[in-house]
Amino acid sequence: MLNTREMIAFTEDRLARAQEIIAQYPEGRQKSALLPLLHLAQEQHGWVSAKVMDYIADMLGIQPVEVYEVATFYTMFHLEPVGKHVIEYCRTGPCCVVGGEGVYDHLKERLGVSANQTTSDGMFTLKEVECLAACGWGPCFQIREKFYMHLDNTKVDQIIDELSK
Amino acid sequence: MGLKILTEHIDKPGIETFEVYRKHGGYTAVEKALKKMAPDEVVEEVKKSGVRGRGGAGFPMGMKWSFLAKPEGVPRYLVCNGDESEPGTFKDHFLMKTIPHLLIEGMIVSSYALGAHKSFIYVRGELMYVIRILEKAIAEAKAAGFLGKNILGTGYDLELVVQPGGGAYICGEETALLESLEGKRGNPRNKPPFPAVKGLYESPTVVNNVESIANTPWIVNNGGDAYAAIGIGRSTGTKLISASGNVKNPGVYEIVLGVPVEEFIYSDEYLGGIRDGHYLKAVVAGGSSVPILPAHLILKTANGENRLMSYESLSDGGFATGTMLGSGGFIVMDETVSVVRNTWNFSRFYHHESCGQCSPCREGTGWMEKVLERIVHGHGNERDIDLLVDVAKRIEGNTICPLGDAAAWPVGSAIRHFRDEFEWYVRHPEEATKKGAVYMPQNVLV
Ligand SMILES: Cc1cc2nc3c(=O)[nH]c(=O)nc-3n(C[C@H](O)[C@H](O)[C@H](O)COP(=O)(O)O)c2cc1C
Ligand code: SF4
Ligand code: FES
Repeated sequence: MLNTREMIAFTEDRLARAQEIIAQYPEGRQKSALLPLLHLAQEQHGWVSAKVMDYIADMLGIQPVEVYEVATFYTMFHLEPVGKHVIEYCRTGPCCVVGGEGVYDHLKERLGVSANQTTSDGMFTLKEVECLAACGWGPCFQIREKFYMHLDNTKVDQIIDELSK
Repeated sequence: MGLKILTEHIDKPGIETFEVYRKHGGYTAVEKALKKMAPDEVVEEVKKSGVRGRGGAGFPMGMKWSFLAKPEGVPRYLVCNGDESEPGTFKDHFLMKTIPHLLIEGMIVSSYALGAHKSFIYVRGELMYVIRILEKAIAEAKAAGFLGKNILGTGYDLELVVQPGGGAYICGEETALLESLEGKRGNPRNKPPFPAVKGLYESPTVVNNVESIANTPWIVNNGGDAYAAIGIGRSTGTKLISASGNVKNPGVYEIVLGVPVEEFIYSDEYLGGIRDGHYLKAVVAGGSSVPILPAHLILKTANGENRLMSYESLSDGGFATGTMLGSGGFIVMDETVSVVRNTWNFSRFYHHESCGQCSPCREGTGWMEKVLERIVHGHGNERDIDLLVDVAKRIEGNTICPLGDAAAWPVGSAIRHFRDEFEWYVRHPEEATKKGAVYMPQNVLV
């Protein structure tokens, strides 16, 4: 059995980073660290579970519900397990003007999933997101911190091939 | 080539590093402001420059700064708005990733002017890689003595904190942003009190857009009068335009305010015209929230004058025949784009992004999305068009924050200028919903 505490806690370097983050805000305003810590946790686990949220609440000295209500408000936080690569596809107007809908159809077909589903091999989760501030370089999607831009069907295939290796 | 204030050195290799930025005159504004000017003198120059907020509303920056309350013993804050989530807008993303030190230099002189000792740059969470670039730049500036305690031996202290958002358009609205920065849901606050009196941590706060702040080093170096001499009328200075859509050269352009729209679209110096074999149908000139205009009204005002890229000229004619400069998100559509479908897409966006606090916005955006979805999929009827106009009107002006208006305007304007296309959808649903179907409006310039 894995020790669950270990799985939830930040790794050593992330714990140090968390403490740096918390120290950035004025005395008594440590709750400001909530979004940065949720990002840090998601970077470590791929998603944020209720247990992870409780751990963050504890670290900031706030109620767990204060973390839940925030994590559910912001669309970037995955509240359920996700595939190895989360593809966040921009579905907003300017990208659609330059062919975003067609490329999206191709991507869905290629992966064999629709929005908010994970491929059966657990490799890819597809999410639809709104404008990523990359409209002039669209159609586009994001995987973790990386932007994939000027997409067309061929490029999509190349990216998926590459990541499937 | 027009004058460049923000992007003059953008092509220099290594401009993202402190060393190269400094070599091209970077951080001289910090030296000048902190060593030779009193904070109020910096405010005065910004006032004289006439620079208007570049986040969308266009409120004069110097005036906003002069409203900041200064009670004794209470900290004041400067918060930079890098949430950039307005569809069609990607200039702040471009500026921050390419020349991060420009924003940091601007944050230092602006914080000094306002008497802030801890300032925040709030960046949308999707741009985590940009956050890392900014953090690296901050560390470099700190190592060189431009941030931290006793900057350049002047006794002025400043810390900069970069804060990630979490994926919520509404956090671009300044009071929602402050809530988010306090670790809460991004629900806009009722005003008053305004942030200038009670903002971050209940302290007096100024919120300014990335591009607004990035203008301040140039203003400090060259003076407010020199800035005011650039541009046209009350549209002083330059503006970053994010251009997307069916043009030959999409991208971010720094223009001197006052360039004719026609030149901006068709000249090779800018967008290079519409992609080959196609022609201009419509433009959304200032980000998804502003009214859409058909080709003839974006190129010329209703009076037949050339439309210019300026606050005044773009809004000439009010909402009947004009639009707004907004955030400068310039979305160009050719004749293959369905205005009806695009309006549905935008409605879905606003419904998705409504924080849900006020019922006209929460319910109204949902209604508009639903009705538009029905029309787009061939199940609409004639009455739906007037229903949409009615719902949009009921949202406008009846909400806590301007997201409600931002949701209503694209719908109202699309029906005002492209009613025939909506009618085509409801009268010929089979034809309209065919893949690749294109409606040829009567009034486009070929
Ligand atoms: C729904 C909504 C979204 C907004 N998004 C942004 C944004 O992404 N970036 C921004 O600078 N301003 C945005 N604004 C405007 C801000 O509320 C605020 O006016 C601006 O940051 C002030 O800076 P400025 O005066 O320098 O423009 C938004 C406003 C609304 C109502
Ligand atoms: S107008 Fe919409 S987004 Fe703004 S406060 Fe009301 S419900 Fe929230
Ligand atoms: S619409 Fe896709 S990045 Fe803006």
